[in-house]
This record gives sequence, C-alpha cells and structure tokens, in this order.
Amino acid sequence: MTQLDRKTPPQFNGVENITLIHPEATTLDNGAKIFTFNSGDLDLVRIEWIFHNLRFNPAKPLLNVAVNTMLTEGTSKLTAAQIADKIDFYGAFLQVDFSYDHSQVTLYTLTKHLNSTLPVIKDILTDSIFPEKELQTFIRNQQQKLQVSLQKNDFVARREFNKALYGETIYGLAAQPEDFQSLKREDLAEKFREMYQPANCNIIIAGKADPQILEAVIKTFEGAWGEATVPADTTQPELKPSAERFIYKEKADALQSAIRIGTPFVNRTHPDFPALQVLNTVLGGYFGSRLMTNIREDKGYTYGIGSGMSSFKQTGSFFIASEVGADVCKAAVAEIEKEVNLLKTDLIPDEELSLVRNFMLGSLLGSLENVLSHADKFKNLYFAGLDYDYYYRYTQTVKNITAEELKALANKYFDFDNFYKVIVGKF
Amino acid sequence: MIKFNRFTLDNGLRVIVHEDSTTPMAVLNILYDVGARDENPDQTGFAHLFEHLMFGGSVNIPNYDGPLQRVGGENNAFTSNDITNYYITLPSANLETAFWLESDRMLSLAFSEKSLEVQRNVVIEEFKQRYLNQPYGDVWLKLRPMVYKNHPYQWATIGKTIKHIEDAKIEDVKAFFKKHYNPQNAIMVVGGDVKTDEIKAMAEKWFGPIPAGEKYVRNLPQEQPQHEERRETVTAKVPLNDVYIAFQMEGRTDESYYAVELMSDILSRGNSSRLHRSLIKDKQLFSEVHAYITGSLDKGMFVLEGKPLEHVSIEQAEDALWAEVERLKNEEVPADELIKVKNKTESTMVFSEMSLLDKAMNLAFYELMGDANNFNHESGKFLAVTAEQIKVQANAIFRKDNSSTLVYLAEKTDVPESELTELEN
Repeated sequence: MTQLDRKTPPQFNGVENITLIHPEATTLDNGAKIFTFNSGDLDLVRIEWIFHNLRFNPAKPLLNVAVNTMLTEGTSKLTAAQIADKIDFYGAFLQVDFSYDHSQVTLYTLTKHLNSTLPVIKDILTDSIFPEKELQTFIRNQQQKLQVSLQKNDFVARREFNKALYGETIYGLAAQPEDFQSLKREDLAEKFREMYQPANCNIIIAGKADPQILEAVIKTFEGAWGEATVPADTTQPELKPSAERFIYKEKADALQSAIRIGTPFVNRTHPDFPALQVLNTVLGGYFGSRLMTNIREDKGYTYGIGSGMSSFKQTGSFFIASEVGADVCKAAVAEIEKEVNLLKTDLIPDEELSLVRNFMLGSLLGSLENVLSHADKFKNLYFAGLDYDYYYRYTQTVKNITAEELKALANKYFDFDNFYKVIVGKF
Repeated sequence: MIKFNRFTLDNGLRVIVHEDSTTPMAVLNILYDVGARDENPDQTGFAHLFEHLMFGGSVNIPNYDGPLQRVGGENNAFTSNDITNYYITLPSANLETAFWLESDRMLSLAFSEKSLEVQRNVVIEEFKQRYLNQPYGDVWLKLRPMVYKNHPYQWATIGKTIKHIEDAKIEDVKAFFKKHYNPQNAIMVVGGDVKTDEIKAMAEKWFGPIPAGEKYVRNLPQEQPQHEERRETVTAKVPLNDVYIAFQMEGRTDESYYAVELMSDILSRGNSSRLHRSLIKDKQLFSEVHAYITGSLDKGMFVLEGKPLEHVSIEQAEDALWAEVERLKNEEVPADELIKVKNKTESTMVFSEMSLLDKAMNLAFYELMGDANNFNHESGKFLAVTAEQIKVQANAIFRKDNSSTLVYLAEKTDVPESELTELEN
C-alpha cells in the first residue's frame, strides 16, 4: 500500500455555476408588490413586509424607529398582550426591524398556522394605535438600554463614526437617552399613516410558498388599508460629512480601545463596487485577511479586526473596525495605515489573489443555504435598483480582476490621511 | 426528521453522514469530547486556548486556514464548558480538502512556540473584550463560583484569570492534545451534498491511519445539592442595577430537562411570556428580564435575570422575580399556555432544519449524549410534558436554599451626564 501523502493538498475545483432562484412577482391593485420564492421541503414560510422610510426629520430623530418598534404594541382591536398571545400560541415569530433605509415586519410561521397568524399582521400594519401606556414603557426601557450601550466602546465608536460621516441624517443618528422624551403618540400615529401604505410596501414570501399561500397573502392585503393619504415622502436630506476627521473619546480606565477608521464610499449601484469588494476582502474581509494576519495572528493586539463596506440607498461607507489592547492602540493604527497603503504601492501576489477569488465564490455559494437566503440576495438587488445581472458581473469580476486593476482602485479610493478616525478608549 | 447513516472506524472515531442533495455545499463538523470542565483548576481557560492553537498549523500542514480558503471553504470553532466543536463549510466538490486538514490536526499539531505566544495574546484580548471591558461582562466569572463549589463548572470557558492563560506552556499544550485529541474522543458529522459510501472511503483513507490513542475517562468532582442561600453584591461601573438569581438544576440528559426547559419558556420566551407580561408591562418594575437554562451536561443552572427600573429597589425586584416562580410552584400551568410553549418548540425544531450546519452540530451533540437519533425524538419528549411535571420541577428548583443571588449596584457618579454631553460635540 502506498504511503498517504499528507503534505500535498487534494485536487480541488473552482466554483463554476451559481444559480440564483428568481421570484414570481405580483402587484396588487393597491400598489403593494409581492415577490414569492417557492422552494424547499419544510412546511414553513417567512414573509416580510418592507417599507421605505420616510424623510428624516432631525427635530424628531427617533420617530421612524419608534413607529416601527411599536407596531406590535396594540391596534384598535388587539392589545399588545393579545398580539403576543396570538403569535406565540401558534409557535410563530414576529419581528420588527428598523434599518437606515427601511422598516420591516417579519413573520416566521409553520404553513399550517398561516391563516391564524396572517390577520394579526394585517391588523398591525393597517390599524396600529400606539397606546400611551405602551409608549411610556417603550421610552423607559429604550432609555435604559441606551445607557448600557453607551458604556460599550465599540458602540460609541460606531455612532461617532456614522455621525462624522453622515451628519444630521438618518445615517448619522446618534440619539441620547433624553431624546426619547420627545416622542409623542400623535406624531407616531401620523407617521404611521403616512408610511405604512400599500403603495410603499414590498411583500417578500420565501419558503413553501405554494399557490394557496400566495392566495392567502393576496386576499389579506389587497384593497384599501384604511383611509387614503398622500404618497409617502421617502426622499432624504443631503449628507453633510463633518470637517473634523479625528475623533477621540478618552475613557480613563479602558482596558481596550475601540477603533473605527474609514470614509464615505460608493454603494452597490456603482460599477466599481464588486471590484472594491475583492479589495476589501484582501484587506480585512475574511479570517485570512491582511489585517487579521498582521494585527491578530502576528502581533496578537486584538481578538478580531476586519474591514467592510456598507451599502445604503443614498450613500455607502468603507470602514475598518477593531477593539485592541489600550496599550497597543497607537501601534495598531500604524499597522492599519501600513496595510492600507501597501495596497496602493504593491501588487497583490497571484497566490493571494487566487485564494481570495476562490474564497469569495465559495462564500457566495455557501451563503445560498436555503430559499430564505435566495430571497435575501434578491433584496440586496431590488432595493438598490439592480437586477440579477449584478451577480453575473460580481462573479465575473471576482474571477477576472487583475492585481494591476486592484492597485489602481486602491489609489483611486483609499487616502488614509483623509479617512475618518475614531478612537474610544485610550490612544 | 433528519436522516443519517452511522459507522465507527477501527480507531474508535464515530462518523455520521447526513445526505442532503438540496445544497451544493458540504459541512464537516468534529466535536471533541472535551471542555472547560476537563481542565485542571490551576490551568483554567486551557481548553479554549487550545482551540485557538488548533489553527496554528498541524504536523504536515503549516497553515490551516489558507488551503481551506483557497478551495472556497470557511471554518470556525467554539469551546463550551462541555465540548469543543470545529466546523468547516465548503463546496461539496472540494470536501476532500476538509478531510485532509482535519485528519492532519487530529494526527498531530505543529506545536509552534510562536503560535502559542500569539494566541495567548489574542485570548487575553478576548478576555478583556468580552469579560472585562463590557458592563456586566464579568457576571459569569462571579456567578459560577457561587453556584458550583466542587464541580469545574465553577470557572467560565475563558478561565478564572488572565494569569492562567499567560502561564500556559508548550508542554501543557502537548499533554492536553495527547489526552483529549484522539479518534476515540471525537465525533465527526459530514453533511450536505455527499454520499455515505464516498464518505466511508474518505474517512478510512484520511482518519483510518490515526492511532486510537488512550481513552480519556472522565471522573469529575460532582456538585452536591445546595442547601444554603448564597448572595453577593458588587458595586461596579455599570449604568444600571442588575439582579441575577441562579438555581442548580439537573443535567441535560436527565428526564426532567424537558419540563424545565418549557418552564423557562413559560417565564421568558416571547412577548407573551410571564416575566415580560407581568414585570415589564403590567407592574412596570424592570426594563429587561430573562429566564434561561445553561443546558449543561452535568448539573446545570436555571438563571433569572433582570434590570430593575431606577425607582425600584433591589428588594422589590427580587420579590417580584420570586413571586413569579412561586406561582409556578403553587399553580399548574393552564392548558393553553402549555400548548403555546410546545408549539413554539415544535416550530423551532422545524426552523432549525433550514440550516445544514445546525443539523450537523445537533447530530454530533446528540450522539455525544448517547444517540444522534434522539434528535428526531426531541419534539415528542417536549410534547409529552405535563403541567404536573412542571409544577414538580418548579418546587424542586425554586427554593431559597438552592439560590445564588448576585446583585450589581450601579456606582453613582456624575460622570455619565458630562460624558453624554461630551459625546454630543
């Protein structure tokens, strides 16, 4: 018997085909759009109702998020307790989520209980009343939660960074505990009527979404949703980045410092975006990235460091984030600078680039674990105004982009001196 | 229902294969039957530090992550008080790379001094980031030694103190590897777009030649039943007061487990749960309140935790938590409420089948507990729980002399206000 060769890696194959499931699209008479992904053997379904946020008002910064979070807190027919009882009794999960661009309600349910859970969603989306008592509970609890978060350096660093990049917009929102006091029930009710309208609603169904399921959703959500109002104003004010690019919040007894460094950036709609994702992956986008290899695996300064790109409707950002030992904070920042600049001066070696290509394609394939993940990919495209051609361009770029092109992109987009640098802790 | 095939290699490695052709991916999950409970009391945090060192190169392969990333794979691992679990996901066409990598590090590590030095630092930073530099981050460092006086659950997986991590030597690393990292102490699950006969051949090829090693026989000091009320109060730089009440409960494989888990759901799962409804909404005493169990293999913890609102005294807060568990001791849970938590458990089980990795991890853990197939009987066991059983468990667990109460008092200073103003600018 021949000796087993443990030194040479086994043969491997590149990822050739990535097939994405496309949705069936329907538009209701009232303007609501439905996208259905029907696949899988498990008798369950996830349904999301996603609304574009209203224009941000700096005088009432928490209004959008409060309306969204309080959707489960009562309608004219159901109290908060009754809503919770109904959802929990059928083993379903009801979530409300607020992001910079959208507010959403998500229902996870076994298909056999859909007919019992769907009417609850209809009720909260069309008839929420924001009871005063529940609002006061919300205010009290959110204030306490925020006080805890404000003691966390990484939380503070993220807020300071966003505030510097985006100023007084939804993206730069950095609420204080006292801001919650300004929430008024009438304001919530008014915003609710303006925003939660069928014409501003996208319904995304994923799971065992056979025709009966779709039919049930259509029947529940077609027609008027109460009195008609003016179309929702979902435009947003202009971004005004801060002139100050170095923000240091000293915490005298910090054991670690939170670092966040970066810049406003192109978003997914820009032609350079896929190529920049390759560059970002090399720098800090995976466990074997340069930042991890240098700052964690060689120096041991941190438990974790990474870089990333956020893509929003109106803007984007590129950032590097870590929590490092307070005594090595300066050294860590110097290493970050070195790694960013290396991308501008040196070509990425072939071996590293081919590794990153394979990693990214494998990662994309692996991110398509089930039908819910296919729906998530669609949302990335749809809300950025892109079509499935994007993922074709993405995979082609990952496979073919050259080291020269990446170096040129690094020079075009990365200027470390002009990056925003936030340190919370000791420097 | 998760279908699988099962076989054991001559060296004792248990292998489970779950075929799922709906995905182009494969997972390879290896559970080693070693956790923080197996550590020497003077070298705590070692199982977890060791997990980091498993990525520092093996006897024939200097770099673990690179070759895996090159074939489109990703990996990670976690350590608990009971187990250490490593997992890889990758395109199924490249599964052999996972066998190559995992078998080499089961065969032997490189035991590099450099890797030890760096990972000591990384873990120390992890210690700071998760346990010391966060408000309430040190709760488990304080609560565990109150609940456990004999059992090694008295320390957290990160370890008792940073000192233990600083002191780790390469000889200790080698001895730990020899004792715990061999085929007899491992369970491997391969799932996804795979065929059992192919997995059998690959397992024989890559893992078959690894020596069986010595079987580790676990003989831990068991925790004696508690018969005294325990209490500690700390004043700390935290923004809000916080109350933890921990009770001893039976281990994960005890028949009572199902009733106790449902009891924790009744108290704290979802917005319709009792603690949320009563203490946050109706009585308005807490901003946050939770009940949960640790699910440990040996004697576990049932924990109540809540942050009282500012006008509420610690005594009031504790009384309110006790009133809720007294209700469970005195009154049977109404039929509707019991059906509710059972329905929730049922749907959670179905949703957990959406994730290939979750399925693989579950199969490995249930095999460790005795039989992977028990995962498929789990729903049935929850459905069989009666209101009477829950009442019995409530009376067994929620006794003052079985409780350990840890109170955080917020250090009152003027600093937060001025700090907040500063943040505005």
